[in-house]
Amino acid sequence: MKNSGNLADLSDPLKFHAPIAIGECQPGILISQLRSMMTIRMAEQHLGEMRKQGYIGGPVHLGVGQEAIAVGVSTCLRGSDRVFSGHRSHAHLLALGGSIHGLFAEILGKDTGLSRGMGGSMHLWDQANGFYGSVPIVAGTVPLAVGAGLAARMTGSGDVGLCYFGDGAVEEGVVHESLNLARMLKAPTIFVVENNLFASHMHVDLRQPRQAMARFAQAHDIGSEIVDGNDVVAIAAAAARLVDRARKGGGPGFLEAITYRWYGHVDWREDIDVGVNRSIEDLANWRKRDPIRRLVDGMKLAGIWSDEQQESLESECRDLIGAAWAEAMNDPWPQAEALLDRVYSTGRKAGA
Amino acid sequence: MIGHGGDVKGEPERCSYGSAILAAFEYLLSRYPEVFVIGQGLWSPWYVGNSMTALDKKFGVERIIDTPVSESACTGAAVGAALAGMKPIVVHPRMDFMLYAMDAIVNQAAKWSHMTGGQAHPGVTIRGIINRGGEQGAQHSQALHAWFAHVPGLRVVMPATVADARDLLISSVLCRDPVVYIDDRWLYEQTDDLPPIVERPLELEQPRCLAPGDDITIVACSYSTKLALDARLSLMDGGISAEVIDLRVLNPFRAELITASVMKTGRLLAVDGGWTTCGIASEVIAATLVQLPVGSLKARPRRICLPDAPAPTSHALEKTYYPDASLIVSNVRELMA
Repeated sequence: MKNSGNLADLSDPLKFHAPIAIGECQPGILISQLRSMMTIRMAEQHLGEMRKQGYIGGPVHLGVGQEAIAVGVSTCLRGSDRVFSGHRSHAHLLALGGSIHGLFAEILGKDTGLSRGMGGSMHLWDQANGFYGSVPIVAGTVPLAVGAGLAARMTGSGDVGLCYFGDGAVEEGVVHESLNLARMLKAPTIFVVENNLFASHMHVDLRQPRQAMARFAQAHDIGSEIVDGNDVVAIAAAAARLVDRARKGGGPGFLEAITYRWYGHVDWREDIDVGVNRSIEDLANWRKRDPIRRLVDGMKLAGIWSDEQQESLESECRDLIGAAWAEAMNDPWPQAEALLDRVYSTGRKAGA
Repeated sequence: MIGHGGDVKGEPERCSYGSAILAAFEYLLSRYPEVFVIGQGLWSPWYVGNSMTALDKKFGVERIIDTPVSESACTGAAVGAALAGMKPIVVHPRMDFMLYAMDAIVNQAAKWSHMTGGQAHPGVTIRGIINRGGEQGAQHSQALHAWFAHVPGLRVVMPATVADARDLLISSVLCRDPVVYIDDRWLYEQTDDLPPIVERPLELEQPRCLAPGDDITIVACSYSTKLALDARLSLMDGGISAEVIDLRVLNPFRAELITASVMKTGRLLAVDGGWTTCGIASEVIAATLVQLPVGSLKARPRRICLPDAPAPTSHALEKTYYPDASLIVSNVRELMA
């Protein structure tokens, strides 16, 4: 479906519950994608539980239910690409191969965290894996990804700059400036909109006249695709088309993935009490569009996965997460000097 | 073309402030392939005075990028390109329009080093031009350097001299931290002899005493420094010896030189082309006073700034609005009385 401005069935919670059609996909890649999605989900559920129990002091914005997007997109990326994100970014980082321990330690404010304990959940940095930062200013990193794309074009590297953002961010003016700028500079930038139909508590119907964000890509003459955001196979295929085109000099691309978050805007609660238009029924139906369960069902239908294998994978992920959390809990805090030493590249004596 | 700043021949060369900026651009673009320039009006002969003439012809439109009317995205893109290893220079031909880019400057560029634990350094240079007078009024005249000086993580430089116009731009672009470089078009016709270029780390640059004196310390930056130097000459005729300190770097703010000077002169006058309240003159006085021994002062400190009002358009009001050298002279005479 392309740029009609409406999402039709894709935003209907009663549709797209069937197993994912895995087609010609290599089993190895599917298993790797499933492992990544499972790791992300269980890590985020663990974070939600630890936040609930008071071990985590700051807010965590969980993307449970949306794992297929980060995993599908990351399948098409290489280590030298540069990925940016926003407040709900754990999945984007982990899908690139980021360390679970590094993420947990960061969220706990420990010196061993990915941002050395200076960023927490909302300011993550993992350059070694191509994660060039997340910030909670809505749409704040969208123009940065255009700049990363521009840098790739100027150096002829063939890399892309990529930014994940939500349907709410599309209401920020800088997104439209960024789309136009990327198009005019032919910057190899991939704009990935995770359209989960909500910005904080507000349903998209209360914020925009139409539900499809890709209509703005059309307005800026940028090639776009709209996909089921809970189908990792469809996402990977669409992302591959856009990324390949950008690498070859075709300019920016825009991927809109329709999804739904199982938890509220922040922390572990479901927010069915505060969310406008967010009903228990909708949530229950969206849970039936579970990207993990549908992938498992598709793989089982194809005869490449079994219940035993799934149980074993779950157990493996649980051990991994438990060990990472235990290690992070025992890690040291940042020293007091960290407060002033990192404001400038030259350390505390910035003007000396 | 004028204004290479003598870096080729190794001899001093007469150069204007505007062409000194041009010389810095040419130096940087010639030697550092990761330097590029992005902003509005860069392909236009009149947007930025003589400070960027023909750069697009010499270095190509791929590196000298004139843009859509999008200050926010262009500045953000420069921050992203800096994170990706480039050394971008964003040009805002009139700094009033930089307000559209405040997220990229204040929330992003200034914060990333700290909030990534010192791992990310968006070494972007953001050039904001003060372009006032000429009955342009409230939204075409602002000097907002004090805003940026307030933000930890930004370096803020304001060259007052021809040499600094060139050399501080080079230091800014080569710095790993985000730098806001602010020049004032009222200075573009100043001329001076320039020595060959020597690259200096920006963190070594500090306030500088431009002219020694014993009776009063006048602290200023940018165009106000020129006014202070002019006033100093008038005051010499009346037997008053004023020491003029040029701030040069407003952030990180350093008060040591000023404090030492005031301990000698016992009098302090801060002059600034920004508004009075919470302006840089306030910081000059506050930061100095907290360092001064009790009893060091022979007179109350004083400041000369813009009145706390937006810039007017009427020529009659403009003359009152902007401080001039004679206002500095009369204030100094009062402080000496």
